[in-house]
Amino acid sequence: MRPSDLLGLAAYGLRSRPLRAVLSALGIAIGIAAMTAVVGISSSSRAELDRELAALGTNMLTVTPGQTMFGEEAVLPDSAPSMIKRIGPVQSATATGQVPDAAVYRTDKIPVGETGGLSVLAASADLLPTVGGDLARGSWLNAKYPTVVLGSTAARRLGDVPSVYLGGRWWTVTGVLDPVPLAPELDQSVLIGWESAASYLGFDGHPTTVYTRSADALVEAVRAVLAPTANPWSPDEVDVSKPSDALTARRATNDAFTALLLGLGAVALLVGGIGVANTMVISVLERRAEIGLRRSLGATRGQIRTQFVTESLLLSLLGGAAGVLLGYLVTGLYAVTQDWPAVVPMWVLRGGVGATLVIGAIAGWYPAVRAARLSPTEALTG
Amino acid sequence: MSAVIELAGVTKAYPGGVTAVRSVDLSVEYGELVAIVGPSGSGKTTMLHLIGTLDRPTQGSVRIDGHDVATLGDRQLSALRAGRIGFVFQQFHLAPGRTAIANVADGLLYSGVRRKEREWRAEAALVRVGLGDRLGHRPHQLSGGERQRVAIARAVAGDPAVLLADEPTGNLDSVSGAGVVELLRELNAAGTTVLIITHDHEIAGGLPRQVPMRDGRVI
Repeated sequence: MRPSDLLGLAAYGLRSRPLRAVLSALGIAIGIAAMTAVVGISSSSRAELDRELAALGTNMLTVTPGQTMFGEEAVLPDSAPSMIKRIGPVQSATATGQVPDAAVYRTDKIPVGETGGLSVLAASADLLPTVGGDLARGSWLNAKYPTVVLGSTAARRLGDVPSVYLGGRWWTVTGVLDPVPLAPELDQSVLIGWESAASYLGFDGHPTTVYTRSADALVEAVRAVLAPTANPWSPDEVDVSKPSDALTARRATNDAFTALLLGLGAVALLVGGIGVANTMVISVLERRAEIGLRRSLGATRGQIRTQFVTESLLLSLLGGAAGVLLGYLVTGLYAVTQDWPAVVPMWVLRGGVGATLVIGAIAGWYPAVRAARLSPTEALTG
Repeated sequence: MSAVIELAGVTKAYPGGVTAVRSVDLSVEYGELVAIVGPSGSGKTTMLHLIGTLDRPTQGSVRIDGHDVATLGDRQLSALRAGRIGFVFQQFHLAPGRTAIANVADGLLYSGVRRKEREWRAEAALVRVGLGDRLGHRPHQLSGGERQRVAIARAVAGDPAVLLADEPTGNLDSVSGAGVVELLRELNAAGTTVLIITHDHEIAGGLPRQVPMRDGRVI
């Protein structure tokens, strides 16, 4: 028999009981749709992350003091930023320094304990270009005078104020930052100039974070030499990290959730497969006369078996196709609402179709073998 | 010499002790028109299954169109049925919802004929049984007699060596039944060997040769 004949035969078998075909294909469709949507949504989210990272740049490394051998807080030498700038592939290096025991208040009336969890950082003048930060409004600091720039969270907590009370005096707010995804610690900080920190708050000048940008291809090489460059005397008291890795890792924790949903989709698919098998078993029972007739018309056992397996394959393939379509649709809608790029990897399409074919073959095999084993006389008279 | 059906000492016993056919000898020549006649339970239908190669005898040998059924496997038997044997059943066994021409063309599905050719031959067969104006009708739009004619067209579309009809008039009124028998006579006159299985002595009596059966034996 030719494939086209076989397909026509299988299609006729399904067409003659359309409601049952639709219902049993629905089980498969739901399973495939769930899996497609889960993978689609998670890869759309990853595509969004990649887009974000591409905009932020993945070539930023940060240097922070670690701990000494004795478990105390280490300090970075004052010279660390300028030393790091001398590494060939480093394009820029800038620093912030935590001002110890400094707390910022909305007014001078606020009790000393209610600091709002904001930290006060001395910032180099070239901080923003290196960390990829932008001013939401206002302008950057004047390093010599008592002026501050507020991080986005700090601005929300302090409110829209013209000046803040810090270290026993008023400081003028010159600007507010947008959130800085690669340096989220800046969001909760109040930034002041390096020199004013020293002159008004007694800041010791030790940087607590050095931000660097390097040539993309050489980030790993730079990473290897950053610690000894920042602190040649005790390189192991220096921590080096890559903020884009942290962002990726945060997104990766969602993968566990994705795996769980994928598992649920697989269960739905299994149940769908059982539905198809059930439909096929009933179909074989009901169509004994047809089987007998076909045997009398000269169908071999193999041809009867192939007919029913093909029917099962077609049934689950229809379900799978509908499911993939539905999954694409769900992904698309979700991505649109989240303002993400909608991405469904090609392997999902291939995997979905492959899975339904495997399910169809397994579900149809036993009923088809039973149909083929049926003796023609039994089929005709029973 | 030129026997299309040759049964020699054929016995068919079913598990459980029922012996439907006992040591039957039967020879049918090419071009004959034969009735196997007997009351229900006489083993007629089992004879049809044995001659139609749908079942194998427990003893004895069955030769159809020169092939010894015992030596053939499932594929070869199926090929024999597809090419050399045509069946007509009491219940017609037409696919509901499919046109007459599609039902007849389905009869050629297993003989390796292309789709176009199948449809062309189906149309010719339907014209031959007098249903040239019913090609696109579905079974529920046809009378009982017309349905049986469609089934006969399906059986002869492949130009078989032998046509086996199992109670072809059993579900029909006497007028339609007579028409169907007349059609089978015409097909026989055109060269097809026809074997009619019936319990109706009136029908059998009008045929050139009768093989009466009772309790699994030819009498």
